[in-house]
Amino acid sequence: MATYILRRVLYSIPVIVIASFLLLWSVRATFDPCAQFRTTQGGAATVDRCRASLNLDDSVFAQYGDWLGNAVQGDFGESQQTNEAVSSMITRAFWTTLQLIFWGILVSAVLSIALGVYSALRQYSVGDYTFTALAFIGLAMPPFWFGLIAIQFLAVDLKDLLGTTEPVFGFVGLHRGDETGFTLDYLRHLVLPVMTLTVQIIAQWSRFQRSSMLDVMSADYIRTARAKGVPRRQVVIRHGLRNALIPLVTVMALDIGALFGGVVITEKIFSIPGMGRLFLDALLKGDVPVLEAWLIVTAIFIVAFNLIADVLYGVLDPRIRLT
Amino acid sequence: MTFSSAEMAPTPGPPAPLRSEPIARSQWQLFWRRFRRHKVAIASVVVLLALVVVCFGASFFAPFPNNQQDILLGPVSPNATHWLGTDELGRDQVTRLLYAGQISLKIGFAVALISTFVGTVIGALAGYFGRVTDQFLMRTTDLFLVVPAIALLALVLELFGHTSTVIILVLAALFWMGVARVVRGQVLSLREKEFVEAARASGASPLRIIVRHILPNIIGPILLNVTLGVAAAIITESTLSFLGFGVQPPQTSWGNMLADAGGYVGTSQSYLLYAPGLMILLTVLAVNFIGDGLSDAFDPQSEHH
Amino acid sequence: MADSPLLSVRNLSVTFNTDDGPVHAVDDVTFDVDVNETVGIVGESGSGKSVSSLAILGLLPKSARITGDIRFRGRSLQDLPEREMEKLRGNEIAMIFQDALAALNPVATVGKQIAETIHVHDRAIESAAVRERCVELLDLVGIPNPSERVDQYPHEFSGGMRQRAMIAMAIANDPALLIADEPTTALDVTIQAQVLEVLERIQDRTRSAIVLITHDLGVVAGMVERMVVMYAGRQVELGSVDDTFYAPKHPYTEGLLASLPRLDRRSDKKSRLHRIEGQPPSLIHLPTGCAFHPRCPHAEVPGRCSQARPELADVGVGHLTACFFPERVGTLVEDTP
Repeated sequence: MATYILRRVLYSIPVIVIASFLLLWSVRATFDPCAQFRTTQGGAATVDRCRASLNLDDSVFAQYGDWLGNAVQGDFGESQQTNEAVSSMITRAFWTTLQLIFWGILVSAVLSIALGVYSALRQYSVGDYTFTALAFIGLAMPPFWFGLIAIQFLAVDLKDLLGTTEPVFGFVGLHRGDETGFTLDYLRHLVLPVMTLTVQIIAQWSRFQRSSMLDVMSADYIRTARAKGVPRRQVVIRHGLRNALIPLVTVMALDIGALFGGVVITEKIFSIPGMGRLFLDALLKGDVPVLEAWLIVTAIFIVAFNLIADVLYGVLDPRIRLT
Repeated sequence: MTFSSAEMAPTPGPPAPLRSEPIARSQWQLFWRRFRRHKVAIASVVVLLALVVVCFGASFFAPFPNNQQDILLGPVSPNATHWLGTDELGRDQVTRLLYAGQISLKIGFAVALISTFVGTVIGALAGYFGRVTDQFLMRTTDLFLVVPAIALLALVLELFGHTSTVIILVLAALFWMGVARVVRGQVLSLREKEFVEAARASGASPLRIIVRHILPNIIGPILLNVTLGVAAAIITESTLSFLGFGVQPPQTSWGNMLADAGGYVGTSQSYLLYAPGLMILLTVLAVNFIGDGLSDAFDPQSEHH
Repeated sequence: MADSPLLSVRNLSVTFNTDDGPVHAVDDVTFDVDVNETVGIVGESGSGKSVSSLAILGLLPKSARITGDIRFRGRSLQDLPEREMEKLRGNEIAMIFQDALAALNPVATVGKQIAETIHVHDRAIESAAVRERCVELLDLVGIPNPSERVDQYPHEFSGGMRQRAMIAMAIANDPALLIADEPTTALDVTIQAQVLEVLERIQDRTRSAIVLITHDLGVVAGMVERMVVMYAGRQVELGSVDDTFYAPKHPYTEGLLASLPRLDRRSDKKSRLHRIEGQPPSLIHLPTGCAFHPRCPHAEVPGRCSQARPELADVGVGHLTACFFPERVGTLVEDTP
């Protein structure tokens, strides 16, 4: 097991290095990192200083080497907009986004497994058909549209309907005003963003879980368990669900990138100051150091998540040898 | 017994009755017969065709000229003249919807066709010739999985501009990899089949083997990918529009209209929010149902609906 | 009531409704199994052997329509509530499935799966005791190194070992009745013999009855006292192994026996193995009358065989056949000198 993890980590390193090189290259090809200095009063001198600080006159490999050397020490430079250290901006944003991702995965996993198992055990029932229809609709909606409609219906219209002064579900940020912490208000602010973030994922995963559960429940070992006298409910959970979870883990790992993409959309809709907002702002303003750091941190997160999923897969399925 | 039929499938069931098909019946006729049975898919084909006709015949169907503004009129809620109301600039929403549909549908189909074509060619080559191509393909796609697609697209569109042609090319450049992986897998398994061996033994060139013997056998997954591509492209384009990286005015897509309408959530103009979204929903639903019908028709094993 | 059989099956029929019409997977099957007796059910695949055994255990899908009477120790199993049925399964009546790789849960250790059988019928028993019992069972079925093997997964076992583990699981609670569905089909010939030996040894120890489902007459000859022969879901013959082997009274049985290679008959003459002409019928489109008549060398066609369905009738002590002309049967086997 330890060898396996080590090997996977070692394989991940070149992936990260190559990916980050390509990302850095494309970011610097897209934007003039010193554009903002050209328009300001400082003139040529400041532009030169900026170019020097990013080694822009060197080859792209040398630039990358420099950047990487600083990056591994946690130094991603300073934002060209705010002059704040990029690392602290990322840390702050990442913490916020991590909350969204945590709740997103939790809600998606629990709901998809429940819906998928229900649909599989009651195949062709009214419930199964309903969830199938909902999944098709969920997959056919642009997620941001779902989020906007959710605000309209569940925040605005519901508020008018109930005649309350504040909407039941908040749709700006994750807290009211400057509050912090795990409060009821926090949960009320989470509902709509998490719904928006997860609607497509739940649609996909629950379909997947349904078919994997159907496969498993028709397996011979399920019949064996019944023949041993194990009650139905226990068969479903201990033998059925346990086996049907294995393929879902792979799908979850592959979708983490999509989830991060969903965060970009969700944070824009709900004005949540996380990674998504950070990315969009940096992209619109051409804030090169922030973009570079953002892309690489995201890449590392996704690779790490895939690694965890791989290990989990091995733990769940003893047939996979983790050596 | 509390087990329902589905849960206890491993019943040594009766042997399937031998159906004697007339030998003359071609694969396509068989396929068409099975596809016809999927009623929702047939209805979806009709819906999709209707959408295409109405949108591309917009100059004929639309109640008002494209982009006609009426600033004095301003935004009005849906009424008898303007069925879906007008926007801030007094533009009729039905008219806009049809013209925007041209762009959205064009992007959807163009991306799907280009990415499927490129993906099929590369996937087939990688699967058939293996080794270097194969490794390159797999490692490249590994690299792309590392970054959220939306972020990558936004970055690249920022670089190349936001016209619909650029969007089509950029989306296709991202989507072909999925197709290539699927085709590669299929070709890999077909390559070892007897009929391919036979063709190879009789001196057929690799190109001929791929085109004449292998591709016809994987037309199902390929077509399915076209439908998936259309759906994904339309939704992705709308999302990019919302983030500010989609087609720019005066070009309009459904996603673009939705993105504009996003600013009116919770206001008296929230009616602008529904129609473009419903058009996307309808199109993508239709395309996905067609895909469902296709995969059922090409894979008889899955036709127990 | 000392003579009451352990298991009695009377006129068992199982019908599935399919899109192409009703399928009579099992049609009017009747047999008894006494304590410590071994009964064989013989037939080709699709002849309804396995469906019959699943019907006894109550493990058929809801869509199956079951008629007839199945009694275990005099109690009707069809009337039993599911909860009671669960108490019987794996405890009094246990089943050995044919493909052990598919029939064992891939993600649980062999020991856990055996332990589950014990635990589910005896909640009070301590884990340590269960584990000890699992090791003992694995040892009993001839698995070397049982205390190590108990913690391994099915994929780490060889085919023969898996089948032994399957048997260990089935006998964990000393069931009175063991139903073995093609227990050796998936195995190499040498391992087949070993597994059958294990079954026999178990039976000597636990005095359980065995219903052995197989298409292999060789297996039947070695282990079974009485046998049921099935064809296309119907029972065509029932009798002791001796009677049935030496004086079959149904042409299908006769055909099966004649198609066996035999060491005691010379094959140096041009005599070839007999084969039954034609194909087994589809259960949806069964031939009229006797289902076997299109393939039967003795059939009277057109005549009774294609018009009426023969009922099971006595042709000797405890020997029944569903044939209009049992006296014609026997020529095939004896013809070969």
